[in-house]
Amino acid sequence: MKTLIRNMSPRGDAADEDLSGHPSDIPLAVHDLTVAYHRKPVIWDVDLDIPEGKLVGIVGPNGAGKSTLMKACLDLIPKTSGEVAIYGKSYRSQRRMVGYVPQRESVDWDFPVSALDVVAMGTYRQLGWLRPVGRKQKRQAMEALEQVGIGHLAKRQIRQLSGGQQQRVFLARALAQDAKVYFMDEPFAAVDAATEEAIVRLLRTLNERGKTCLVVHHDLATVSSYFDWLVLLNMRVVASGPTKEVFTAANLEKTYGGHLSLIDDALRALRNVVE
Amino acid sequence: MWWNRSSVPLLLALLTMPCAASEEGFDWTDVLFLRTHNTWVVVLSTAALGVAAGMVGSFLLLRKRSLMGDALSHATLPGIGIAFAVMSVAGGDAKCLPGLLLGATVSGVLGLLVMLGIGRTTRLRDDVAMGLVLSVFFGLGVAVLGMVQRLPDAAGLESFIYGKPASIVLADFHWIVSLAGIVTVVSVLLFKEFKLLCFDDGFASSQGWPVLVLDVLLLGMVTAVTVIGLQAVGLILIIAFLITPPAAARFWTDHLPTMALLSAVIGGISGWLGASISALTPDLPAGGVIVVVAAAVFLLSMFLAPARGVIGRWLRHARLRQKIGRQHLLRGAYEILEVDQSRSGAPDNHAFPRGELQGKRTWTPRELGRILRREARRGHIEELADGRLRLTEEGFGEAARITRNHRLWEMYLVTHADIAPSHVDRDADMVEHVLEADLVQRLEAALRKQGAWVPQPRSPHRI
Amino acid sequence: MNWTSFDLWIVAAGALCAVACALPGCFLVLRRMSMMGDAISHAVLPGLAAAFLITGSRTSLAMFVGAAAVGVLTAIFTEWISRFGNVDRGAAMGIVFTTLFAIGLLMIRRAAGRVDLDPGCVLYGAIELTPLDTLTIGPLDLPRVVVVMGVVLILNLAMVGLLFKELRLSAFDPGLSDTLGFSSRLLHYLLMTVVAVTTVAAFEAVGSIIVIAMLIVPAGAALLVTRRLVPMLLIACGVAAASSAIGHWLAVEVPSWFGAEATNSSGMMAVAAGLLFGVAWLFGPSEGVLTTWWRRRRGADVDHHRGPGPAVAERR
Repeated sequence: MKTLIRNMSPRGDAADEDLSGHPSDIPLAVHDLTVAYHRKPVIWDVDLDIPEGKLVGIVGPNGAGKSTLMKACLDLIPKTSGEVAIYGKSYRSQRRMVGYVPQRESVDWDFPVSALDVVAMGTYRQLGWLRPVGRKQKRQAMEALEQVGIGHLAKRQIRQLSGGQQQRVFLARALAQDAKVYFMDEPFAAVDAATEEAIVRLLRTLNERGKTCLVVHHDLATVSSYFDWLVLLNMRVVASGPTKEVFTAANLEKTYGGHLSLIDDALRALRNVVE
Repeated sequence: MWWNRSSVPLLLALLTMPCAASEEGFDWTDVLFLRTHNTWVVVLSTAALGVAAGMVGSFLLLRKRSLMGDALSHATLPGIGIAFAVMSVAGGDAKCLPGLLLGATVSGVLGLLVMLGIGRTTRLRDDVAMGLVLSVFFGLGVAVLGMVQRLPDAAGLESFIYGKPASIVLADFHWIVSLAGIVTVVSVLLFKEFKLLCFDDGFASSQGWPVLVLDVLLLGMVTAVTVIGLQAVGLILIIAFLITPPAAARFWTDHLPTMALLSAVIGGISGWLGASISALTPDLPAGGVIVVVAAAVFLLSMFLAPARGVIGRWLRHARLRQKIGRQHLLRGAYEILEVDQSRSGAPDNHAFPRGELQGKRTWTPRELGRILRREARRGHIEELADGRLRLTEEGFGEAARITRNHRLWEMYLVTHADIAPSHVDRDADMVEHVLEADLVQRLEAALRKQGAWVPQPRSPHRI
Repeated sequence: MNWTSFDLWIVAAGALCAVACALPGCFLVLRRMSMMGDAISHAVLPGLAAAFLITGSRTSLAMFVGAAAVGVLTAIFTEWISRFGNVDRGAAMGIVFTTLFAIGLLMIRRAAGRVDLDPGCVLYGAIELTPLDTLTIGPLDLPRVVVVMGVVLILNLAMVGLLFKELRLSAFDPGLSDTLGFSSRLLHYLLMTVVAVTTVAAFEAVGSIIVIAMLIVPAGAALLVTRRLVPMLLIACGVAAASSAIGHWLAVEVPSWFGAEATNSSGMMAVAAGLLFGVAWLFGPSEGVLTTWWRRRRGADVDHHRGPGPAVAERR
């Protein structure tokens, strides 16, 4: 029930109108965003402008509010203050533009549906109420599955897929939505190397088609090779910009604080970049 | 409420059918095949109820809210009492069913809102909200019933707690069947929406589906089923109708539409069979029989269903253990033979002492004995007169094949683990069926370098 | 209204019963098994019936043992079905208790001629008759129910007192509890036994509705007010005792507003507990709905005013 409740944002801002001051060519603009659970702020005063067509990594230590930021942008949890604009308008009026890949643990994988069924869910909004899934949607879903390389598993019940394959099903579902901005919550968490490779390939493809992808990520070693734009988050935005400018030792230290081992990892990663 | 009868000529015809009505003398086929009017109404009502409940219950189960039906059904009691009191004071027919059901619906929905409210504004979990609504509303209901029991005509109200299908008359039947029909149709129409809601409400919400509305709709239909089921099975047993058939159906299939259909069928059959049995046997209340029938179906499904049933899973597990035991045995035997081979050639098949095999793995002598007997029956291994063991020709080929497969997979894991461990399929009979030919050749070459190469065995099967 | 000793005994019986339930109830709520009380209190019916049919008597002991045994079986069956059948726990519970209840109904109805068991009395009890049935202990002439519930309360107090640390640990972290050698399954069944025994002891006199309510509602209300276990137990006991008194008052007073006679006290005690929960819900000091609303209105809540936590502040 809790989830159900959180899903309904109490701020029912049905605002279809342009949010003032947000240019309509910016896929995601966040202003002054604060989110609190039970009086304890999780992220606060976040300001972000993400330019179009970037692969954006959202990086920060555990508990830094990465997923919270993403969920608040999608109205999945109530904002305590601030506003979020997708292409200059409120999320409510721009849902068509947005694809969402939730964390894998967020659903029950024992659910009686096949991989194809799950992917077809991405087409539900274009179908609207009452209309059942037709041949066209099935074809769309099948194409999406093939794009992530598991077309042959379409008929499998989702429990019978490996963790990486489940993650790819979620990605395929987002693809089937045919959105302009993708929000992906930890797609690389606990997947095998083949899936990681497939996801990266997919991200590149999306990027080439001019889509914007925001990806919550926590592996510092791969950050610089995967993303061309970076948001360093630790309750506040420590830095946001092109990876080359933002991914510096100073910024990382600000983000990760005194966690020495992490800093070491990061510095090693940095050195790799420099070499 | 008997006036409705005249409005339905078709049913009138059925009414006038010969009721072999004297209580002691009727034929059971009359009941099962709905030939007497009274059972006709009762049995069809409960069956319709079963279908609707089975359908809605599927979603309730998958949303992991089965017990919410319990809370909602208990929450209807104060509404029944208050509606009765109001109608009684107003001077109408105090036991007019639609009035009572309206009261039940209002208090059920109120209970639903309190539950959602607790979930929304506190950090208490679902189960607390459910238990709270259940007990407080039911307590209020008990108190209200205590207050109205002195009113004339109040005697039958308690039948809503335990159900009394025999009291269903034709007019009630119309209510029950049309509401059950509406609930069933709505669940079919909104199948896709409910599927999404139950599977991934976060995604549904991000897509703009009104999750709260869908949830209230689903629970509203649960309330509707509860309310129409009050008379038939009572408010305690109605939740069995909502929970048991879907849980039974889940064992048989991984396909949601099939599951919902099956659940509706199981619910319908339980209602039909239960009401019939109860009509045939004096002193068996229908509510109880229906629930026991549904529970029997559940137990049968839980054990017998091939896909997810207990026995099926146990058999699969046992078969897997046997298979692994056989592989261990044959590989152990092959490795013993390998030690004796000359470095260059392939090992040849000869007898070896049992103790050597025993030392190969951590099996107990009894375990080894069991596996040996099984393999002897398969004709893979034989015990010689002097107590030594010897692979048969077929067993030797099989042992070579298993050993080769195993080593190739091991080599694959060592050399290619970073790419795709998910490809490793040790159950596959032949590596070649999973990996490409040139990859297998490369792996074989690597094995040869390590001296762990196994020559491709001759096929033991006659083709 | 004038309270006679009659009323006082009813309240005392209700309060003893309520407190006896509230103690294990806190752990049920913390273990997310609130509905188990409801399930067990329904499921004991076949135990009662079987005990009666076998022994042919309504002596309390046989019925007591039979019912408590079935109560524990409910927990065991639920566990089995959810584990072996891979069924959602709530659904498993629902299947088990409805089936047992239905079997109980059938048994009673089959033996209708011989059994003087009314399933209704299981639900409502007859708390109003409590003072009539007395036991003489030494110089005192106490209602039997008060004695029985007193004993049960002492047992429950003893369990919570002696096993406090174990219960807390296993409710919070069953895995750790197991590795430290306190079998969480054993504690689970112990708790279930206590719930079953309390239920059975209570329903005969006061009806199972009080049990179901008092297992959950006081614990829920306490959890809204505090986040620590010992205060939670104390508050739950206080709420339970208070609802008994308020409930009886409501049962006598409210019907007179409508010109009716006094109603069932056990039902009203559940309602009273619900009202107290409502108070905690709305006015709880830290997170009551109205409290937070008021605080937010005065702008004293969260966000900007709190600023970064100390750790972050240091780094800057």
